Formats: sequence, structure tokens, C-alpha cells
Amino acid sequence: MSARARVRPALPATLVLGLLLLAVNLALALAPGLIAPYDPNAFDYNALGQAPSLAHPFGTDNFGRDVLSRVIHAYTVDMQIAVFATIGPFLAGTLIGALVGYAGGLAETVLGRIVDAVITFPFLVLVIAIVAVLGPGLSNMYIAVGIVDWVFYARLIAAEMKVQQRLDYADAGRAMGYSPARIIFRHLLPNAITPALVYWMTDMALAILLGSSLGYLGLGAQPPTPEWGVQIADGKNFMTTAWWMSVFPGIAIVLTGLGFSLTGDGLAELLRVKK
Amino acid sequence: MSLLPYLLRRLAQLVPTLLFIAVVVFLLVRLLPGDPASAMLGDRARDADVARINHDLGLDKPLAIQFLYFLKAVATGDLGTSITLKLPVTTLIAQRVPVTLLLTAMSAVIAVVLALPLAFLSALRRGKEADVVIRGVFQVGLSMPVFYLGLVLLTVFGARLGWFPVGGYGTGLADHLYHLFLPALTLALSLSAVLMRNLRAAIIAVVGAEYVDFARAKGLRARTVMLRHVLRNALISTVTLFGLSVGTLLGGAVVTETVFAIPGAGRLMIDSIYGRDYPVVQGMTLALAVLVSVTFLLTDILQASLDPRVKR
Amino acid sequence: MSAPVLSVRALRTTFATPRGAVAAVDDVSFDLHQGEVLGLVGESGSGKSITLRSVMRLVPPPGRVTGEVIWQGRDLLTLDPPALRRVRGGEIAMIFQEPMTALNPVLPVGLQITENLQAHTGLTAAQRQRRAVELFDLVGIPGAARRLGDYPHQFSGGMRQRVMIAIALASNPRLLLADEPTTALDVTIQDQILKLILDLRRDLGMSVIFVTHDLGVVAATCDRIAVMYAGRLIETGSVAGVFARPAHAYTRGLLGSVPRAGAERAPLLSIEGTPPALADIPPGCAFAPRCALAEPACHAARPALALVGDGHHSACLRAADVLAQGGLLP
Repeated sequence: MSARARVRPALPATLVLGLLLLAVNLALALAPGLIAPYDPNAFDYNALGQAPSLAHPFGTDNFGRDVLSRVIHAYTVDMQIAVFATIGPFLAGTLIGALVGYAGGLAETVLGRIVDAVITFPFLVLVIAIVAVLGPGLSNMYIAVGIVDWVFYARLIAAEMKVQQRLDYADAGRAMGYSPARIIFRHLLPNAITPALVYWMTDMALAILLGSSLGYLGLGAQPPTPEWGVQIADGKNFMTTAWWMSVFPGIAIVLTGLGFSLTGDGLAELLRVKK
Repeated sequence: MSLLPYLLRRLAQLVPTLLFIAVVVFLLVRLLPGDPASAMLGDRARDADVARINHDLGLDKPLAIQFLYFLKAVATGDLGTSITLKLPVTTLIAQRVPVTLLLTAMSAVIAVVLALPLAFLSALRRGKEADVVIRGVFQVGLSMPVFYLGLVLLTVFGARLGWFPVGGYGTGLADHLYHLFLPALTLALSLSAVLMRNLRAAIIAVVGAEYVDFARAKGLRARTVMLRHVLRNALISTVTLFGLSVGTLLGGAVVTETVFAIPGAGRLMIDSIYGRDYPVVQGMTLALAVLVSVTFLLTDILQASLDPRVKR
Repeated sequence: MSAPVLSVRALRTTFATPRGAVAAVDDVSFDLHQGEVLGLVGESGSGKSITLRSVMRLVPPPGRVTGEVIWQGRDLLTLDPPALRRVRGGEIAMIFQEPMTALNPVLPVGLQITENLQAHTGLTAAQRQRRAVELFDLVGIPGAARRLGDYPHQFSGGMRQRVMIAIALASNPRLLLADEPTTALDVTIQDQILKLILDLRRDLGMSVIFVTHDLGVVAATCDRIAVMYAGRLIETGSVAGVFARPAHAYTRGLLGSVPRAGAERAPLLSIEGTPPALADIPPGCAFAPRCALAEPACHAARPALALVGDGHHSACLRAADVLAQGGLLP
């Protein structure tokens, strides 16, 4: 354990608030059935499009489904989008970035070119195009994001690895005759990974925005899956008569996004202070 | 010092980028499971039709040859014909892309107009109420999906209050601008938040710089110090970020056009996906990617003209 | 002697910190006469730069300045912004230690001169341009006319400092505040810049306050010296008088720590320890904890500046004993 980890400065307020929001998210995502008052997909033809009330705090939709229960069950889907869409790019990008950053030279130039090329594509347009070809659905969205997203992690890690390599302890490791693999993964990477971790938080917020956008466009999660983007799309024609159908899922998206971005900001602040 | 050599070098760099775009767009349609023609025509297609479309699209040749055909076609301005609209894709691009361009340009202007003064206010009142409120609002704005914000604005200012049309594009430039205001505002919020954050941090860094003290020590007006010395330096990194954000903005435009029923490239692209009109998807992706790389070029030039230290 | 052009009285500059206000400059008073060069000396953190910035009201936030800075009969600390702007750059100019950071990197140097002229003179654009060329000639920048369009990064360190001096002098100020203007430069360039400032002082009749930690620079350029320690003035006097017979234990230590060619027999004194942090300055003489001569009284109350000779003041209870030791110069 490095000396850094033992120092405990006051936690930034953004981090505390962000983690709090994420903790609530996680609880709802893991056990929606325990918290949601109704079955998210149960039609109730006696309660069509009802305004928020004690029985239905967020009202009911045009099929009489309880909006609150659908919002809660959607946590499972949307948090899953946040994690599944980004974990692959995070791991692959970190691995590639670590190797490229250690190797430098030609590998670094090639990575630089790939990054330049990838940022030329409007990310959403490219993902939409790929999903269009592969067909709608969440797993195709993960593939589409994965094709592009890893480069951002690789770029961050590679840059940080270069910084770390110039520090003395890397030379010390080499002088002790450690293998490159040991130097990279035991010594350099643990110190180089923080910017990527911070970016991962932002990326998960972006993934939820992307996933719900695709859901809204009909290219992501498919009805009747409770997913916030799908729910907002379901309610879009009822905005003037039954605003609660769309408004509450939107608030859930905003709060989840805030949870991730505040955590990311707070993490960045915390780690910067430590340095 | 002349910008011309820099400009030429930067233009030359555009070539590999465009080539890469061409490769990706080309491969896009080849990713299709099975052959594209069957996918387009559905399960009950007759073999003769499948063969005809495959032949029309050049899909019965080896991949490398197909790519060369594709390059040649693109170079001569032939992007194929829309299967559902029966129009050349280039015609559709010429019709639809300007709409998207107007929307993104308008929202870029709104984003800058919002971000500039608020970043100054926020940076100069750092830690005070105004700063906290501005940053809080923008933080929420960053977490708000475009389609949701659009829907809310559309309902409140369009349907309820009737201040703005509930969608469409109108006729004539003034009417276009009127129709595009709400969508552009929708699209602008998250870009504005990104720019504001960056500019605020840059202003805070620059205000403490010694050359700003030196400028004050010359007896310059506070406004001159802020605009000539602080803003100019703070803008350098923000301009780069702005360029990088144009791709995101165009992506957002696709969604915004759908929400507001604006007949732009994005809307057409989504419709084409539903209609399995792959030549259009391909053409629009190509057009938007080229648009982004041209924007990168323009922001690089702007940045180089702002910052004399950039190697020209 | 004529009336002073600048009178600083009871200047106090404080910074709010989470643990209360900290005084970076405390109860500083001095006079400056027409054409005089005053050397403001001290270690880094002694408050000499903040004193200079306080005079110009350029203390970075959250600094607060109190006291009086009387310039031409007006208190600069209470001047309204338009009047302050006329003084800044027009009557009092300031140059900084590091021209690379004091010059705006993205503006051509010509503009950085002419904006000064625009603020303080009624010259037309063409006249301003001509004046800028004159100024570049004056400070010794070769090819003046060609170089106005260049940016700071295109100049060498010494030339950059000349550019900054040209900008500061553009509107014929009567007082130049120089914050370590040669510290960042090579020794040979240092001499050139010092000579330039002295020549300009002579030709333009300016007064100069020279902030430095380099006593060699003071000896070579200044008429009078004011020594600062932990935010306070502890000794002032003519350069000749103070160098010959320092009257504060700290000044003597400072003089002793300057290695000097041709004075091999003089003991090279060094001062043990480090200056106190501004947040906890001891109640008595701030130097007492490091002082070999300190006695109990030194720790009890802070000594005030007292006259110890002709125009020579010291804030040292052991001034008589320090004086008796004599100077270090042959």
C-alpha cells in the first residue's frame, strides 16, 4: 500500500454527494422488486393515465402501468448499460494504453493516429450507424460503443504511463531486474490508472445518456422493457395530458448522471489534493 | 507571420483522415449479417431481386475491388440511390445537411453566448452564490439527455405557452431561425456547460497570471484587461475543446431533429434506419464525418491565429 | 532636502486565511525622493514584493491593504478607479522579475506598448507606432521597427526584459517599481539591464524602487537601502552608511553572507535557521529566534525603528553592539 492511501484528507463534498446518489442507484438497481410497489409490466385498465396520487406516486401510464415501479425497475437496465457499455473499453483501453505507454515509439504514434481518426466521427452518429447495421438492441449498442470507446482510455493511460516511467521508481524496478510485465502491471499501472478511473465515471454518465437516447429512438432497449429512454418515448405523445409519464424517468436520468459526474469530479479533486 | 504554410500542411493532414472515414463508412454496410440485399428486401425477397440489388451495389465483387469502386463513386459524387425515396443520396445530402448545419451553427452560437458571460461571472465571483448557482445549473444540464430537455421545452414553450412552433422547419430564413430556436437551445445546453466549465477554469488560471498584473499596472481599463488580456488567453484551450465538441453536437442534432420533427440529415438517417435504406445511412454518416473533420480544421486554424506559439 | 515624491505610511497588507488574517506587510513606512534609487531588500517571503504591489494596489485577492501611500499629495489607496488608472503606467510604472510570464504570450509586443500609450497619451495610432520604435531604440533592441510585430516567445531573455522596460517606460513615468528585474537573467545580461535602468533614471529623471534579494545589485545601483524581515522594515539608510556600519543584527548577517572577491579575510557569516512563517511571527523581534545577540528583551516586545546615525534607522535593541562590530567592507 502506498503512503498516499493512508493520508485521509477531508472528502470533497462533490464526492460525498455523488457516492450517496450512486449508493441509492445501486440499491434500486440490485433489488428493484423489494422497493417497487407494483409489477412494472402489469396493465391495469382501471387506472389508465392517472395523475400522481397516494396509490401511484408517479401516476400511471397509458396502459395503467405504475410509473414509479417502471422507473425503479429501469434502474436495473440503465445501471447495467452504464457498466456493460464501459467496462470492456475500460479494461481493453487500460491494457492497450499501458503497453503502448510502456513501449512508446511507433506504437504510440499509431495509437495517436487512431485517436485522431476516431474523434473525427460524431460518436452518436457512428454508434447509431453501427446499431442500424447490426440491428436495434442493447448488446449491439455495447459492441458499437466498444469499437470506439477504448481509445479514450488508452490515450489517458498511455500519457500517464509516460509520466510515471520518468520517475525514479521505474528505473529502480528495472535495476532490480524485474520483468517488463511486472514493472508495467505491479509498479507503473497502479500509479497511472487514476485519470482513467475518473474518466470512467464520466463515461458511465455518458453511457446512460447514450443508452437512453437509443432507447428513445427505438434503437436501444426494446419495449416493454422498463428503460428510462423507452419510457420517455412512450410518454412523449402524452406530454400535455400525462406529463408524469415522461418527466419522472427524465429526473431519474438526471440524478443518475449527476451521481456519476459528481463522483468523478470529487474523485479528481481528492486525487489532485493528494498529489 | 503567414498562416498559409500551416494551412497547407493542415489540409494535407486531412487526406488520411478522409480516407479513414471512407474505409469505416464502406465497411459499415459490409458488417451486415448475411448480404445487405436480403436484409433490405426482407425474408420474402425473390432471388432475382437480391441478385439485382447485389449487382447494383457492386456487392458481388471482392471486398478490395468493392472499396475501389466505392472510392471512385464517392470521388465522382455518386453515393448511390435511396431505396425508399428513389433519389440520389447526394441530392438528399444537399437537401438535408444544410438544415442540420444551420441547427448546429445556431446552437453553437447560443452555447457560446451563454457560456462566455457566465464563465466570466462564475470565475470572477469564485465560491460566491452566483458561481455556485451557475455551476449547479450547468452540472444538471450536463446530465440531461437532449431528447428529454427537448421534450420539456417543446411542451412548455411550444404546446403550453405557444411561443414557439411545436416542430417543423418553416419556410424562409427568418422562419427557419424561429423554428430552430428551441431545438438549437436544447442542443446548446450541454455544449454550453462543457465550454463554461473549461472557460471558467481557464479564466481563473489566467487572471492570476503576471501579465494580467502587468496590464493593470499599465493603467488599462478593467474591460480592456479582461477582453484583450484575460479572455484571449483563456479562449485558446476552449477553442480546441469547442472543435472537439462539434462531433457531439452533430450527434445530438440527430436526436434533436427527431424530437422536433426537423427535416435534417439526422432525422433522415433515423428514418432510413427504420426503412433499412442503407445507402442513405452510409451517405449521411460520410457527410457528417466529413463535416466534423472540416470543423476540426477550422478550429485548428482559429486556435493557431489566437496563439502565436503554435508551431506553424 | 526637497519633499519626498512618495511617502508610504503604516502600510499593512493582510491576507485572510482559514486560520485568521496574516500580515504579509506590517507597519511599513518610508520616503522616496526625486531621482532616488531605493533598494528594498529581504529574503523571499519577507514582504518586499507585496510592499511594491501594495503601492500599485496590485495585491492579489484576498489581500487587503491599509495605511497611506501618498503620491504627489494624493493617497493612492483611496483613489477612485479612473484616477488610479491615470497613475498606473502614466506616473508610476512597474516591471516584474520574469518577463516571460509578465508579457502577454498571445499579443505582439508592439501592441503591448501602444496600449500603454493609448491609455495615457493623446497620440494618434501612427504617432504611437513611432513612439514604440523610439522606445525600442531607447532600451537597445536592435531592428526596433521590424520587431514590434513579434511575440514575446520570439525574443531572448535579456531582450524580453528590455521589451518589458520599454513597455513600462512608454508614458514617461516618474517612478519605476522594479520587482527583481534581473534575477532571472544571466550575470552579463544582468549588468546590462541594471545599467540600462540607471541610464534611464538619469536621462528621464525617474525615481526607482528596486526590490531584490541581491545585495551586490543594491551596492551597484542604489542610493538608499531598506531591509525587510518578516513583513517589517528593520533597517533603512544610505547604501554607503548601512554597508559600512550595519545597525541590525539581521542586516549584518545578510551582508556577511555575500561572498565577495578580494575580501578573503572577512568572516563569511551565515544566518542559522529560517524566517518565521507569516502566520506565527513571534511577539518580540521577529529575528530574535535566529539572532546570536538576542537577549530576553528582544523576545518580549517588537522594537521600533530608531535613529542610529545620519538618516540611518534600525529596529534592533542591540543596535549599538552591532554598530560597534563595524561593517564587513574594507
